Amino acid sequence: MAYLKSLRPIFAFVAIYFGIALFIENQYYQLMITLVLVWAIFGLSWNMLSGYTGLISFGHAAFFGIGAYTTALGQIHFGLSPWVLLPIATAFGALAGLLVGIPTFRLRGHYFALSMLAYPLAMLYVFEWLGYQEVTLPLVRDHPALYMQFSDHRIYTLLALAMLVVVVMITRWVERTRFGISLISIKQNEAAAEAAGINTLAWKLKAIAVSGAIAGAAGAFYAVVLLVVTPVSVFGMLVSAQALTVAMFGGVGTVWGPIIGAAFLIPVGEILHAEFGTFIPGIQGVIYGLAIIIIIIVAPEGVFWKARDILANRRAARARREAADPAAMPCPEKSEPSPFPAAEADAAEEAVAEHTVSDEIVLDVRGVSKSFGGLKAVDNVSFEVRKGMILGIIGPNGAGKTTLFNLLNGFLKPDEGDVVVNGRSLVGRKPHVLAAAGVGRTFQVMRPFARMSVEENVRVGAFVRARNGEHADALAREAVEKAGLSEIAGRRASELTTKELRLMELARALAGQPQLLLLDETLAGLGHGEVGDVVAVVRRLVREGMTIVIIEHTMQAMVRLVDRFVVLDHGAVLTTGSPEEVTKDPKVIEAYLGKKWMAHAES
Amino acid sequence: MTEGQILLESFLQALAAGLLIGAIYGLMCVGLAMIFGIMRVINFAQGDFMMLGMYVAFFIFTGFGIQGVFGSYVGPYVAIFLMVPFLFAFGYAIHRLLITRVTGIRTVGMEGEGHYAQLVLTLGIALVLQNGGQILFGSQLVSIRTPLSSVAWELGPFWGDFVSVFLNKGRGIAAIFSVAVILGLWLLISRTRLGRSLRAAADNPEASTYVGIDVDRAYRTAFAIGTSITALAGGLLATNYPFHPFVGLEYVIVMYAGVVLGGIGSTIGAFWGGMAIGLVQQLSTLVIPMQLQNATIFVFFLLIVVLRPQGFFGRISERT
Repeated sequence: MAYLKSLRPIFAFVAIYFGIALFIENQYYQLMITLVLVWAIFGLSWNMLSGYTGLISFGHAAFFGIGAYTTALGQIHFGLSPWVLLPIATAFGALAGLLVGIPTFRLRGHYFALSMLAYPLAMLYVFEWLGYQEVTLPLVRDHPALYMQFSDHRIYTLLALAMLVVVVMITRWVERTRFGISLISIKQNEAAAEAAGINTLAWKLKAIAVSGAIAGAAGAFYAVVLLVVTPVSVFGMLVSAQALTVAMFGGVGTVWGPIIGAAFLIPVGEILHAEFGTFIPGIQGVIYGLAIIIIIIVAPEGVFWKARDILANRRAARARREAADPAAMPCPEKSEPSPFPAAEADAAEEAVAEHTVSDEIVLDVRGVSKSFGGLKAVDNVSFEVRKGMILGIIGPNGAGKTTLFNLLNGFLKPDEGDVVVNGRSLVGRKPHVLAAAGVGRTFQVMRPFARMSVEENVRVGAFVRARNGEHADALAREAVEKAGLSEIAGRRASELTTKELRLMELARALAGQPQLLLLDETLAGLGHGEVGDVVAVVRRLVREGMTIVIIEHTMQAMVRLVDRFVVLDHGAVLTTGSPEEVTKDPKVIEAYLGKKWMAHAES
Repeated sequence: MTEGQILLESFLQALAAGLLIGAIYGLMCVGLAMIFGIMRVINFAQGDFMMLGMYVAFFIFTGFGIQGVFGSYVGPYVAIFLMVPFLFAFGYAIHRLLITRVTGIRTVGMEGEGHYAQLVLTLGIALVLQNGGQILFGSQLVSIRTPLSSVAWELGPFWGDFVSVFLNKGRGIAAIFSVAVILGLWLLISRTRLGRSLRAAADNPEASTYVGIDVDRAYRTAFAIGTSITALAGGLLATNYPFHPFVGLEYVIVMYAGVVLGGIGSTIGAFWGGMAIGLVQQLSTLVIPMQLQNATIFVFFLLIVVLRPQGFFGRISERT
């Protein structure tokens, strides 16, 4: 229902747009009004990949061009109708998306963008070489409608509107399901998304396939409308740039962005081209270029988001004016309730001995090693983690603790050794596989999805277990509650304190219902009282049966928390044992404090 | 003349052509390496800066009487070197007005969105320059031709008077200039005070500010130097190859391919990277049709970047 409701504005837009189109008699303006829709659809295709995943594509013309040439050549060589060719072009677009995505998703950031540029440009030369410099769709005299040829141009507008509605519906659907959430979490923090159990490569491939399909359809329709296809007009740089420009100008990551962008930029470009094109031939490109330059400097998120921010600010200002009565002024900073009443923390402190450690081995690390160049970051490390225990891994800075975690949850592949989770060897598998197998983790450098609320952040972690959206909501709510964050569940992650972020990361890992939690310096950077709060949560989890491995470089808070220590130094296990044994071990004291303290320790 | 000798001759000819064009590509790549490799600015418009340099040199040559004063042998090279200060100023101004808004110390450590702003901004600049170039200069091919481009030195003949290799004089001189400029740049970077501050700003911008280096200015200078070096390479290229306002697109890929191949951050590496691209391009003509020469470079670029997984900044794990 909510889904249909979210489509209401678009139906209103379509109705109004078609109403306007009905009254336009001039052939040229009719064409333009159709082209606005084609570029809006193409912009939505770009948005599907680049807007949601944040991987900027400079090469969407590849898919557009494939669609256009499929239609043109299909009709010329096989006599097929565009009605048949349009779905074929869509399928080819999707296929091209996959073929491009599989190698190119190994790249990130600007390498991705530049590589994407290479595809359409290479194809441009190939199509020129094949002799398709200018391909004209043959006019059909008998049954022109069967070949999508209409004398009344308004029918094209209607068809384009129908396509736009379908594409908007797909986009909206993606936004509302785990598909969209996975893409947005990839955009905000790919590593965190992987660790939270999202198969990032699979989702990116799905995104580029859908994106390629839409672009293929847009290209096919473009060929039908213009009847002439040249390599430059469908594979050229300006084509890719146009997809990016309309989307970025209108707003990234929303269905409205490309529509707004196309509705504004295409008529401006076309009219200038028509008026001055004969003596100022490149005017369209200049306009698009200037539009991007201005938008990136003035409103990098695009017109849609900028307008929303302005409206929201104005509304807030009005609300403030209405509440000008000084007594009614809220004081937001101070009144924030702590999610941890001190009493509860104390109670947890006393209940320390309540958890039981079973004999069952959850995680078995066997002789794991990893070198970077000549440096042995992790050197033949072995240990076992039993169900229900808290294992502390300590060691000075640079001892290889985080690298060890990266080996355990799949960010890095060990050179040697084995990682066995519940009897299954999972060494070298990707993080999302380990998350599915029950290994959750948090990060030393926190990796929140900054623009999402606490609950949404946690929900991302739930998808590795959730069967559907409601189940994910339930898991997320439960995890938020376990971490004691219920009261701030609606706040944006970017507004949280360090402690709240640490707990949110914990909740995100919990939402995937792990059996084993890897906590990377969860206590770092916290004040004295705050450490107690977080420790209380960790204890409560253990009492409820969770198994935890925690990294710290200070022993203080750890001594009273953990059942067993593994002490690392220079990548190798220095010693293992109970807290009492380890704190008295001269080797540990030496590693931490240096030789000259040995005398003090021994005396 | 036997089959084998023909094959050998065309191979040697392609090799020689590759080395000559490779030297110019190398210079181009060095210009980009100053900007991309050292300052970590992604400049998509680098090829279009080069195009601008070519046109400026062209107009200096034809419009300012350089051709009359220096003749058509020396004139083109004089015009090309006179163009450099203009492009230096242009690069400096573009950085000052636009690039600085999306770069600088605050974006150095950023991986994702900081770089996207640069990419998209410079894409905008590229579009304006390409299409603005079409408005101002028209789309017909022009070149800064020297008569030297139609004569060649003959190496050989070898192997019983049959096999000989021709080196185009225009390209040969361009290659010599390229190498000379790179040596000069190397001296500038390694021996002068300016070079030291550039290296420091590249290496650790934050620490550099503490020791009194104006990092923003160093970046601006590096950007301007990078722009003028690439433009110079463009000018040298233009003595042999005709160009048009959209020429930048073809070469921006060449440049990135060379810089990536040479290793990010290494200026001299970028030269060898560009050299390798030149060789690949010319040698590929032995087996692949001429029209697909540019497609070959794009495919080669894709191979280079894809065969190094995770890209080159993609250090997911080490940052956790």
